[in-house]
Amino acid sequence: MPVKLAALRSRVELALAGRVAAPFTYRDRKIVETAPVGIPEIDSLAGGLPRGGLTEICGPSCSGRTSLLISALVERTAHAEVCALVDGRDAFDPESAEAAGVELKQLLWVRCRNIDQALRATDLLLQGGGFGLVAVDLSDISPETVRYVPLNAWFRFRRAVEDTPTILMLLEQEANAKTCASLVLRLEAEPARWTFTRETAHTWKTVALENHVREIRDANFFLHSSACLLDGSGVRAEVLRSRTQSVAGAGVRGEFAAADAVDATGIFETKAMWGYPGGLPVEKYKPK
Amino acid sequence: MAFASIYVPDFMVQSVVRGEPPLRGRAVALIQGAPPLSSVVAANEAAWLAGIELGMNKSQAADFGTVEIRPRSPAQEKAAHAALLDLGWSVSPRVEDAAPDAIILDLAGLASIFGPEEKIAAKLVEHASKLGLSANVAVASNIESALHAARGFSGITVIPPGEEARRLGCLPVSALLPSAEIMEILERWGVRNCAALAALPVLELSERLGQEGVRLHELARGARERSLTLAEPAFFFEEEMELDDSVEELEPLAFLLGRLLDQLCARLAARSLAASTIQVQFDLEPSFEKDFRLLSADSLRKDAPKTYWKTLALPVPMRDSKMLLKLLRLHLQRDPPLAPILKITMAADPARPRVAQGGLFLPASPDPEKLELTVARIANLVGEANIGSPESMDTHRPDEFRMSRFATSHGAAENRRKSAGENGRDHARRKSGAVPAIAFRVFRPSVPASVELCEGRPIRVEFRGMRGDVVAASGPWRTSGDWWREDGWQQDEWDLEIRFYYSPRLPAERSYKNGQNTKSAKALPQCGLYRFYYDSVRQSWFVRGMYD
Repeated sequence: MPVKLAALRSRVELALAGRVAAPFTYRDRKIVETAPVGIPEIDSLAGGLPRGGLTEICGPSCSGRTSLLISALVERTAHAEVCALVDGRDAFDPESAEAAGVELKQLLWVRCRNIDQALRATDLLLQGGGFGLVAVDLSDISPETVRYVPLNAWFRFRRAVEDTPTILMLLEQEANAKTCASLVLRLEAEPARWTFTRETAHTWKTVALENHVREIRDANFFLHSSACLLDGSGVRAEVLRSRTQSVAGAGVRGEFAAADAVDATGIFETKAMWGYPGGLPVEKYKPK
Repeated sequence: MAFASIYVPDFMVQSVVRGEPPLRGRAVALIQGAPPLSSVVAANEAAWLAGIELGMNKSQAADFGTVEIRPRSPAQEKAAHAALLDLGWSVSPRVEDAAPDAIILDLAGLASIFGPEEKIAAKLVEHASKLGLSANVAVASNIESALHAARGFSGITVIPPGEEARRLGCLPVSALLPSAEIMEILERWGVRNCAALAALPVLELSERLGQEGVRLHELARGARERSLTLAEPAFFFEEEMELDDSVEELEPLAFLLGRLLDQLCARLAARSLAASTIQVQFDLEPSFEKDFRLLSADSLRKDAPKTYWKTLALPVPMRDSKMLLKLLRLHLQRDPPLAPILKITMAADPARPRVAQGGLFLPASPDPEKLELTVARIANLVGEANIGSPESMDTHRPDEFRMSRFATSHGAAENRRKSAGENGRDHARRKSGAVPAIAFRVFRPSVPASVELCEGRPIRVEFRGMRGDVVAASGPWRTSGDWWREDGWQQDEWDLEIRFYYSPRLPAERSYKNGQNTKSAKALPQCGLYRFYYDSVRQSWFVRGMYD
């Protein structure tokens, strides 16, 4: 009997040679290597972006999805990794991305016109391999359209990046990849912050330099719009799904420490660059 | 000192067979001349055995069913000769271009690199086979002996020093290429081979045949010495193919391109080079129906395109013919020739092959060859202008950039290797107190909007069917430029925080009624940060994009 089993086993292995590396090897839950996003709150919340897995970033318009993508691109290109962005509706802004610190020479930008092109381009890029991060931006495509993408497409993408160091990031309005996603983050916008010049502050002695716009709306804010600048906004992030387990053993979903988090939720701030990487020197600011 | 001679028997036939490998091993006869006066000018051994004779016209030659009839191709002979020279330069830098079908190599000093002379000769035969040529190779201590041995003996012949006369003795006198007059005299004397000629007394031979007789006597004894006439190494790689019937479809064309690429890559490999650019010229059939469709009647007569060029610029030097064929196919799929093809000329710009040293601490990057193929495939899908690496322009014009070619070449990898440390350190410094930048998404093209103003400030907006109140505004930031051009711009930009009270995507109960929002506390209005601008040239409002 053992001889028959061994023979059978060898026949199965022979039949699957080249397709399945070790068919009888028990595949335990693997420790997933993660890479930081570059936003400390998200890194502590989700443990980073899983390599060899699919990460979904979902949320409505203006919720900070692109800011998270840009931050990830800054981080990956700073570490000399080659990245690809499949832009579903040609919405990427190279100027602001470069100002944020993205090394554009290491970014392959594919400008698509529809979801079909985006999915086929993603397929080709993943089959080609070698990228540190492949981001698929379907943010501007209606959720109804993305919902019609068959599940096996996401499954194929996941299989393509499995056992590779590639991070596959998907930006959309709603999470669609279901169990194919290793990490699902939902983002929501917090109120925007506005900055005022010193002249305004002098004019309105009761208003502090960095006061919030809602607090001064009654003071006829619109009369002073030219003395006001967008400073940034807050983004609330929530981990909807996580199968990552960082190499350092940081834990899984729910075990991350998040500053303002209750059950894996955190808030991070974004800042308008205005061409100054270190932030805006208010008194020196001149519109371009 | 030793010399090797490489001789290609039936050179004209082999040149044609090299471009059409299925003919290998078959009886082939070449014809030349304008029909119906075309006649057989060359044939291979199998064709002679089948009964083909020189001067036969085409119809007579066609009666031999087993013999393939092909037109003589000077272009392919030129390419085959260039390949023969490449074969010589692949082994020795000192090469003489002795004849279209023969070259001579100086083997001095090569033993330490390639081994003994027999091994060098075997290597030459093997390389010739890779180039599509079946060659005879002979090694001797002097040039003429090597040349005559290669012409006279098939396969590999190595003549040790001092044995030239004995080895060449069995060759017919005609192998020494005497003039017709002397050949006739020698035949009358009964001198049939080199041994018989070498046995004649040289003084008497000189009296009867002059200096030519003395030269032939030296050649027959293998004692004639001369120096090598060096050929200048050429770095010109071109292959041509003339077609009997024009080709219109991509599939048969790809088959022919594959053959040319195989030949070109074999030549490049023989010289340890790779191609940095592949240029293909197609000679097109004139007055094809597509020309009629595309061109007006006047231009059809005068300016109808007769040639079509396609240049394949490679990010890294390559010589993988299969990969190059795939790339060329993708380019031709995207931009096919407008008429059937009559002749193909393919040239390669040579470059040193890529030598990549992987780094232990350098992140993996896409393989340049594979990446080029992937980029070409995606370019077929989205258009060539829509894939690449974005590059900022030296202008303040909004949303102005250009797409540059994306490449991860060796140089780029080196730069990445160097910059990785610096960037990493800078990045780590920045990271300590860094706040991520708010990203901007561009609407291409800009979305027309209607904006309600109050004392010059936007208070209410409508675009894409959505309506909302301006909660906060920053502006106007005036930008203008290129006023001296037709496409000059002048815009007033506004950053607006908008609270939408009507959106086609929101359910009906969320709509705004009588200035009051009727939504419950749970259904908060959708807010957004947008960049609007007033275009002074078009005198309209537009949405440039949104902060996300």
